[in-house]
Amino acid sequence: MVGKVLKRTYVVLLFSFLYIPIAVMIAFSFNQSKSRTLFTGFTLDWYAQLFRDDAVLSALLLSIVLALVSAAIATVIGTMAAVGINRMRRGPRGVVMTLTYIPIVNPEIITGVSLMLLFVVVKAGLTMLVGSDSWLAQNLLGIPSLLIAHITFNLPYVLFNVAPKLRQMDYRLYEAALDLGCNSRQAFFKVVLPEIMPAVFSSFLICLTYSIDDFTISYFTAGNQQTLPIAIYAMTRKKVSPEINALSAIMFVVILAIILIANYRESAKNKKKRHK
Amino acid sequence: MKKNIAALSVVLVLLLGLLAPAALADTTNVEVAPGYDYTRFKDDRITLNVYNWGEYISTGTDGESLDVNGAFEKLTGIKVNYTMFDTNEAMYAKLKSGGANYDVIIPSDYMIGKMIAEDMLAELNFANIPNYSMIGESYKSQAYDPDNRYSVPYTWGYVGIIYNTTMVDDVVDSWDILWDENYSGDILMFDNSRDAVGIALKKLGKSLNPANDADVDLAMAELAAQKPLVQAYVMDQIFDKMEGGEAALAPYYAGDAIQMIAENPDLAFAVPKEGTNYFVDAMCVPVDSANKEAAEMYINFLCETQVAMENSLFIGYSTPQIMAEAAMPEEVKDDPIAYPPESVLQNTETFTVLPQELNDHMDKAWGDMRSSSSSEGGIGWVIPVVLVAILLVVVLVVVIGKQRKARNDY
Repeated sequence: MVGKVLKRTYVVLLFSFLYIPIAVMIAFSFNQSKSRTLFTGFTLDWYAQLFRDDAVLSALLLSIVLALVSAAIATVIGTMAAVGINRMRRGPRGVVMTLTYIPIVNPEIITGVSLMLLFVVVKAGLTMLVGSDSWLAQNLLGIPSLLIAHITFNLPYVLFNVAPKLRQMDYRLYEAALDLGCNSRQAFFKVVLPEIMPAVFSSFLICLTYSIDDFTISYFTAGNQQTLPIAIYAMTRKKVSPEINALSAIMFVVILAIILIANYRESAKNKKKRHK
Repeated sequence: MKKNIAALSVVLVLLLGLLAPAALADTTNVEVAPGYDYTRFKDDRITLNVYNWGEYISTGTDGESLDVNGAFEKLTGIKVNYTMFDTNEAMYAKLKSGGANYDVIIPSDYMIGKMIAEDMLAELNFANIPNYSMIGESYKSQAYDPDNRYSVPYTWGYVGIIYNTTMVDDVVDSWDILWDENYSGDILMFDNSRDAVGIALKKLGKSLNPANDADVDLAMAELAAQKPLVQAYVMDQIFDKMEGGEAALAPYYAGDAIQMIAENPDLAFAVPKEGTNYFVDAMCVPVDSANKEAAEMYINFLCETQVAMENSLFIGYSTPQIMAEAAMPEEVKDDPIAYPPESVLQNTETFTVLPQELNDHMDKAWGDMRSSSSSEGGIGWVIPVVLVAILLVVVLVVVIGKQRKARNDY
């Protein structure tokens, strides 16, 4: 009896800690005053203001575009790399996988600072080689550097998602495809890729979230651009406007919707399978 | 299933559309002084990179105020890439590392002094900034830029004590009240070394810029004595605490005090008689700006009467542009907190650049003061002990794992 009560309290506590802050944040996005302690009345003003705030909106746009593009590129490169690594002998494969693992455990701040130093050096080099008015030398620090940085820290996650799936796959499937007249490219696209597609897709989603989330590395490599986390951080010196609550509420609802739809699809699929 | 997603996105877009401004008032129309050619870069496809404090410009999001950047873009055809920083130091680090190039930056006084000393700022061509004549004389020729060659003041303000009249019965006119034991547990203090040390030094009757290590140590002893009375060291949490009546007394910036008083009429603001910190945030152009003339045009635009007034009203800090001050609504212009009589500002001082060693000493002393608990002795032993403990746990886990494996294999 006591055990049951304890279990229940534990679960309730756990979910309270996870969700009460979000609930409070959403509630205060409807608060009339800027106060973070007193709820003075209901309003949608902050949402209206958010959609007129160019600084926040353009930061949001940059974050989304950056996430989509970097995730797509990282997924393609990472999948190609995984296919190659999978065909390596055991020794070299171990070495490559360990090398890939290090950036993941490496503190982000070190990755961020070292990438920034690299970009500054490259920029100086470019300026020396092609002159200071070349487009690349002037604009390297900004969207190009952000994109390169995001692809870089996304890559390992793709590798670690796709490589196990490849190893699970029966290699003889590929050989059979070759036997039945595919050339190697056809075999890859018709046999191997469909087999590993779930892993490729999930690594794309992981990259997407990591990229939108990232503050530390972006902070150092953003040049004169700002992603959404950087913009929000800069606004915290003064009292953070409830606009940010409104924005967070919208993002939470959108992500919740995506998760619900994904789960619904999954369960619908399972049902279909069972009916067969 | 694809249909579902499509339907959902349609619903979302519709929702967003509904929320978006019901009546889209044009907030980008502005009146500028005649005789200045704002359109000369119209066809040059210039992008200006502007780096300013967070929430430090009028954005027009409430549908009434001016969208300053939008208005500038519309007027000049120059695109503004507007980004924000949260501290002078973060901004400085970004420029110093070469991690970004900017055309207009708006740092505070002492940071401008430091950047001038390090040749990071370009001398301005004031022929391109005729509106500079509308900046009040009393805001020019400050210690950080004595010859007015590198900077144009954007906002100014000063530090005072904000207090809750229902909790404080004494007259607030001296820094001493922040050391008054009657208010133990109800006092808030700045959570940054420069402001806190400055207050302690002013309380001791010294300049708020420490001259040497001894000054810092004196101030730190004073702050250590105050520590048991302090409820919390805060920066922007002060808004919630003072507005919610959780604390009685706190030193803070005048512009923010006005906002707090608007939320909670029980609050009041006073300037201590010992004198206080007076600060200016000013517009500068970094040396490596690729569009210096356009940058000067932007600075001139921010000095336009209407723009300066809108910015000042939005930010809550006072404007140094005298025409803008005159054009303000009565209740702002006559607010003794926003535009205090001369006598209040007589005793004030700006921060100056401290030598690197003195700065380091101050930061270290501040860190020690903040982290030291009431018990004697440092906490230097904690880190090695924790490391050893972690090592032991790791060894233990490995050993147990091996044993278990051995048992299973057997």
